Amino acid sequence: MAMQKKKTSMQEQKAEERINNFEEVPYGYTDEEALQEAKRCLQCKDEPCVDGCPVEVPIPDFIQAIIDGDVEKANQIIKSKNNLPAVCGRVCPQEEQCEAVCVMGNKFEPVAIGRLERYVADYNMQRGTDKSSKEEIEKNKIPELEGRKVAVIGAGPAGLTAAADLVRFGLEVTIFEALHDTGGVLSYGIPEFRMPKEIVDQEVEAIKELGVEIKLNVLVGKTITIDELFEEGYEAVFIGVGAGLPRFLGIPGENLNGVYSANEFLTRVNLMKAFKYPEYKTPVKVGNKVAVVGGGNVAMDAARTAKRLGSENVYIVYRRAAEQMPARSEEIEHAREEGIIFKLLNNPVEIHGDQGRVDKMECVEMELGEKDDSGRRRPIPIEGSNWMLDIDTAIIAIGTNPNPLLTKNTKDLATKSWGGIKVDDNQQTSREGVYAGGDVVTGAATVIKAMGAGKTAAKNIKEYLLNKSDK
Amino acid sequence: MYEVLAKEKLAPTIKKLTVKAPLIAEKTQPGNFIILRVDEKGERIPLTVADYDREKGSITIIFQEVGYSTKLLGKMEKGDQIRDIVGPLGHHIDMEGYEKVVLLGGGTGTALLYPKVKGFYEMGAEVISITGARTKNLIILEDDLRKFSDKLYIATDDGSYGHHGFVTDILKDLLEEETGIDLVVAIGPVPMMKAVADMTEEYGIETIVSLNAIMVDGTGMCGACRITVGGETKFTCVDGPSFDAHQVDFAELMNRLSFYTNEEEEIKDNAVKEEI
Repeated sequence: MAMQKKKTSMQEQKAEERINNFEEVPYGYTDEEALQEAKRCLQCKDEPCVDGCPVEVPIPDFIQAIIDGDVEKANQIIKSKNNLPAVCGRVCPQEEQCEAVCVMGNKFEPVAIGRLERYVADYNMQRGTDKSSKEEIEKNKIPELEGRKVAVIGAGPAGLTAAADLVRFGLEVTIFEALHDTGGVLSYGIPEFRMPKEIVDQEVEAIKELGVEIKLNVLVGKTITIDELFEEGYEAVFIGVGAGLPRFLGIPGENLNGVYSANEFLTRVNLMKAFKYPEYKTPVKVGNKVAVVGGGNVAMDAARTAKRLGSENVYIVYRRAAEQMPARSEEIEHAREEGIIFKLLNNPVEIHGDQGRVDKMECVEMELGEKDDSGRRRPIPIEGSNWMLDIDTAIIAIGTNPNPLLTKNTKDLATKSWGGIKVDDNQQTSREGVYAGGDVVTGAATVIKAMGAGKTAAKNIKEYLLNKSDK
Repeated sequence: MYEVLAKEKLAPTIKKLTVKAPLIAEKTQPGNFIILRVDEKGERIPLTVADYDREKGSITIIFQEVGYSTKLLGKMEKGDQIRDIVGPLGHHIDMEGYEKVVLLGGGTGTALLYPKVKGFYEMGAEVISITGARTKNLIILEDDLRKFSDKLYIATDDGSYGHHGFVTDILKDLLEEETGIDLVVAIGPVPMMKAVADMTEEYGIETIVSLNAIMVDGTGMCGACRITVGGETKFTCVDGPSFDAHQVDFAELMNRLSFYTNEEEEIKDNAVKEEI
C-alpha cells in the first residue's frame, strides 16, 4: 500500500452552520479514520514525539494499541502520563510539540497525534472505560506517603494534573478552587464549541474517582491562607491558580459601556452560560459590530463567540501581521471560515463613545520594523494614518497577568516584577513545601505546559515529603 | 451548599438572611463582601456582609429585592440551601485612628453601613449615624444602629418619619455645627454618594464611599467592575469596594451601572411570567 502523505482528515461542522450554534466544530475520528491514521505511525525506535510532549505520553505505544484494536489499552497508556487526554487532544498545540518532531513530518504531514489522542479519550468516555485501572493505582502507591495531606490551589489544568499524580503516590489531596466550578480556564475561558464542558466535567470526575477531594468556593489568600493550610496539617502546597487578571490597553475610552475584557466576555458566556440566556440568568450584551483586540487563541475564541451570539461584523484588530499572530493556525483558519474580518497591522489608540456607549475605535496603521526581544518584528505606528472603525462592542484580548490576590496575602512568596511566582527547576517557590506551576509562573501559556509543570511539581513534592520523613 | 439559618423581613422588599458559612465568618471584617449564586442557573451576585458571628459560623446578608436574582434569594427560607458562596472578598475598611465619624446610609445602603457603624463604635470612635429612605416603612435597622451610635438621625423623603428631606440635609447641618469630624462614610445610591463627596470636599474631610459596581467573579478576573479613581482604573472587587470619595468618577460609575438595565428588566418580566 502506498504511503499516505497527508493526515487523515477529520470531519467538521460546516462554517455556515456552526456560526449558529455552540456545538463542537470538529467531530473527531471514526473508528475507521483512527485506524487509518494510526497506521501512518512509523513506530520510530527513538520516539522523538515522546520527547516533544511536555508530559511524555508514550505516543507510539498508544498508537500501536489502536492498531491492535485495543482502544481501552491505548487509553490506559495515555492516562499513565496524562489525566486530561480528551482536553489535550482538543486544545494542545501539537503542531509545536509532538507533531513538530514526528519523523513522518520530515517529508510529509506528521501523524495526527492530537486527533488520535482525542479519539482514544472520547471512545473510552463514551463507553465508561475512561477510568484508570484500580490495580494499577494501588500498585503505584508509596507506603511512606499514604495518608499524608497535600493542598492544591486551583482546579485548572496545572492543579488537576498535580493532584492526580499526587493522589497516585498515595497522598491525601484536596483541591481548593475559588470559582463555583472546576476546570479553570477550560471552564471559564475556552468556549463550548472548542472544549465542551461535559468533556471537562468527565475528566474531572475521573480525577475525583482517583480519590482527589475538591472544595469549591474557597479563595485561598482570602477564605484561608497558605499558612493556615500548613497549620491544618497539609505538608505541602501546590499553587496552580493561573493568570486570571486581564490586561487592558490603557487608552482613553476603555471604561465605556460595551468594552469588555476577553475574560469577562468569555466568563459570562462559558462559565455563566450566557449563551443559554434567559434560561441561565447571566446576560451578555453584544452588538452587531464587534472589534476584538489581540491575535492569540483567546482573541479567536472571543471573536468566534461573538459571531455565534449573532454579531454581524466581527473584527480582529491586531498590531502585527498574520505571521506573528500567536494563535494556532487551526484557530485562525476556523475564524476566517466563519467570516471574522482581520484588520491586521492596526493598533487601537482611543475608543470613542456616544452617550456612554462605545461607537468607534480609533486605530493607527502599523508597519513592521526590526526584531524585538520576542524575536518578532516590532510594530511601529505610521504617523497620521489614524482611522475610525465603526463598532458597538470592543473586547480586549491582549493577555492576562497572575492575579495578585494570593501572592499578596502569602508571606515570603517571591514574585517577578510582573507578578509571576518565582520557582526553581523543581517548581519549588521561595517557601519550603510550597510549589507552583502553570500560568501563575509563566504568564499565560498553554494547557499542556501547565500540565507539564503540575507533573514536575508533583514529582518533586513526592521527593520532598520522602526526604522530610527520613529526617 | 450553605444553609439558611434564619430569615427576617426588614421592610416589604428588604430581607435579612443568616447563613451558615464558617470559613467566611472566621475571616470577615467590616467592609468585606461575598458573592453568591442561589442555584445552578443563577447569576453570581455580590452582597456586603452585614454581620457575622464567628462562634456560630454564620454570616448575615441584607438585600433589597430589585431584580430576578435577589427575588429568588428572597424566596429562600430557613433550612434552604444556597448553592455557592465565596468570600470574604474585597478590602475591609481600616478603622483605626478615627475619633469622630459620621456614617450615612441611604435605602439598602444602610445594611451595608451597619457593620461599619458597629466597627467604628467598637473601636471607640464617636459615631454619628444618619439613615434615610423614601418613606417610614423602608427605614431599616433603626434599633441596631441606635445601639452602636452616639447619635442617630433619620430622614424620609416624604417626611413620614424623622427629618423631612434627604440624609445629605442632615449632613450639611452637622458639617456646619459639629467640630472634629475626621471621617465621613457614605453608602447608598450613586447620586447620594456624589452629593456627600461634593459637600465634604469643601470642608476637607476624608470621605469613604462603598461602590456597588457590576461584578461577575468578584476576584479580579473579569474587570466588569472597573472604575476610574484618581484618574486610574481600579477594580471595585479587589481594589475596593471602598474608595476615597473625592477621587471617584461617579458619572462613569453611574453609566457603567446602567449597561445591563434592559436585561435586568427583561429577566424580571420573565420571572413574573414564571411566577417567581
